[in-house]
Amino acid sequence: MTAVEVNHLYKSYADVTAVNDLTFSVDPGEILGLIGPNGAGKSSTIKIILDFMKPDSGEVKIFGQQMNEAFKDQIGYLPEERGLYKRLTAIDLILYLASLKGMDKATAEKKANILLEQTGMLESKKKKNKEMSKGMGQLIQFIVTVIHDPELIILDEPFSGLDPVRTETIQNIIANLRDEGKAIILSTHQMNKVEELCDRVLMINKGHTVLYGDLTETKAKFRRNSVQVAADGELGDLPGVIDRKLNKGSVELVLAADTTPQTILDRLRDREITINRFEVTTPSLNEIFLNLVGVDHE
Amino acid sequence: MNKTYLVFKHEFLHAIKRVGFVVMTLIVPVLALLAIGVYELVTTLTEPSVNAVTIVGYVDEAGIFSDQTDQGLIKLIPFASREDATQALVRRNVSEYIVIPAEYTSSGTIQRYTLAKELVTPPITAYFIESFLTWNLLKDDVSPEIITSIVSPLNLEVTRLDENGDIAQEQGNIGNIIIPAIFSLLLSMAFMFGATSLISGLGEEKESRLIEVLFSSVSVRQLLIAKVLALGTAGLLQVLVWLISAPLLLSLASSSFGGFLSDIQIPANFLVLGVVYFILGYLLFAILSVSLGGISSSTTEAHNLSMFYILAQFVPLWFSAGLINFPNSPVWMVLSIFPVTAPVQTMLRLGVSDIPAWQIATSIVVLGLSVIVGMFLSIKIFRMFMLMYGKRPSLGEIIQGLKTA
Repeated sequence: MTAVEVNHLYKSYADVTAVNDLTFSVDPGEILGLIGPNGAGKSSTIKIILDFMKPDSGEVKIFGQQMNEAFKDQIGYLPEERGLYKRLTAIDLILYLASLKGMDKATAEKKANILLEQTGMLESKKKKNKEMSKGMGQLIQFIVTVIHDPELIILDEPFSGLDPVRTETIQNIIANLRDEGKAIILSTHQMNKVEELCDRVLMINKGHTVLYGDLTETKAKFRRNSVQVAADGELGDLPGVIDRKLNKGSVELVLAADTTPQTILDRLRDREITINRFEVTTPSLNEIFLNLVGVDHE
Repeated sequence: MNKTYLVFKHEFLHAIKRVGFVVMTLIVPVLALLAIGVYELVTTLTEPSVNAVTIVGYVDEAGIFSDQTDQGLIKLIPFASREDATQALVRRNVSEYIVIPAEYTSSGTIQRYTLAKELVTPPITAYFIESFLTWNLLKDDVSPEIITSIVSPLNLEVTRLDENGDIAQEQGNIGNIIIPAIFSLLLSMAFMFGATSLISGLGEEKESRLIEVLFSSVSVRQLLIAKVLALGTAGLLQVLVWLISAPLLLSLASSSFGGFLSDIQIPANFLVLGVVYFILGYLLFAILSVSLGGISSSTTEAHNLSMFYILAQFVPLWFSAGLINFPNSPVWMVLSIFPVTAPVQTMLRLGVSDIPAWQIATSIVVLGLSVIVGMFLSIKIFRMFMLMYGKRPSLGEIIQGLKTA
């Protein structure tokens, strides 16, 4: 069953349309990357899914039904801006919020210790929030988000402010949760993380869909007809190459419309040039993002 | 487990562990003890000892004042001239002196000379001088018993009868307002601290966005009801501590203030109404604070706006002198029915006069309805505006939002 199904969602504030005819879905066992510039409508969309606010029109279904209180125990939500109760210890906060998700204390404590261990926070579990760094606080909130084994996880900028080691830890946990069959919505500005983690991507700008689909297919769709070549020696004139762009340690060969990468590879081989790297140029998600919303965004 | 209960438990424990709560709970009995101690000290230092007799000089230019110079705590000593009396005063042989001019019987004027800087003549001194003059003026024509009655003509004993003409169980006494006044003050303080605490807690959750995490687990209704009830229970606990310490403090106070407090009678319905008004008042203030917390752009702004209703509840205490002097003014009835002032005003009135049953009933019904409607509206307001960070909706937007919600 589809975990989240959003159909023709609209939401306006005064004279600003925050969400404009948005339609998408998230299935169990997949991570959907929700990307877009600031003010694109990502947060509004998440808040409507979570039933924090009502849409002007459109429909949201969670596991095939209208959102209701019963589903809250199956959802884990990590908001973009995060904070904790200043006077509570990490473990007390985790246990309190886990209890609100229907967990009994013994189970919650056991699971909390596992996650604290995984994130390297076990020794800090009795620290109060005011004694923890921002990164440590974020790890505690991440634990709170996933401790109750939710079927749907919504993560808003989960990596912001984390050091590379902790980022890697969280990234691995998210990937494992996907492999366990959880449906995950990952909203972030870090395009490399979307590329590394997400199965599908929804790019929105000014409230409406700019791009939506499988990440690999999307990148293929935006693939330029060019190849990256790193070789020993001069390549010389190559028929079918209409332009060359020098990069650090390689050169991008822009191909004519009727020339394929395979043709160029064959020609280079015929010339007995040592090829260290040959790669069909695929734009990064960041390039696609800038290409699609960059002008508008500016 | 019921989520409302879980939030209630968390909020209650969180509230009573706050340093501010612990300090406020303990500070009231401590301050009361301190006040009694200070009163004792000041009384000891300022009251003349029982056996001390004040010597007052007098110059009798009228020539008719010579008897009854011993007026209990004041002894009057005659001087031949003003100069002699002045010398005695300067040498502090007398604490003051009076001059009875020759034309006193026609003018009634007495001149008083003292070294002390005073706003008015101490009443006790004036009383004894008056007694001395009266005795000497009437001694030849009237019996001593009659003179005593003239000097102190009124010893008013008031007895309140019930509608059957029997002696009423509850007799009026200025001391009767002491307990209601103290309770009203505690009530106001509890409401104020409760409202402040709720606004701070909500502010922390809004500013840290924890509110979003909470709402992904519980409904707005569950969260707000639990918060309001938890704070109400914490407030009740606070007042209970104050009330439990009250008998001890009253007994200490009674020994300090003489028998004044021993005649205190607590109105029969006082305790029951006290509990009812405490609960309803606390709920109302908590609901107002929740609504304010929901629409305010910052905790500071919420605290500032809350001053409107926090200060309003003190109005009955500010005008308590008016209540004592004019207990039947319709103003008190209005303040007893207006929800924000109703708890404090009604408690005060119970100590001063009878309140018609219909007024108490109306007051409780209006307060109860305010709580119910307020809770309903605050849930809507909070749900609509809780996620508007850094921007406060206008009154028009709130009304529009409530219409469309």
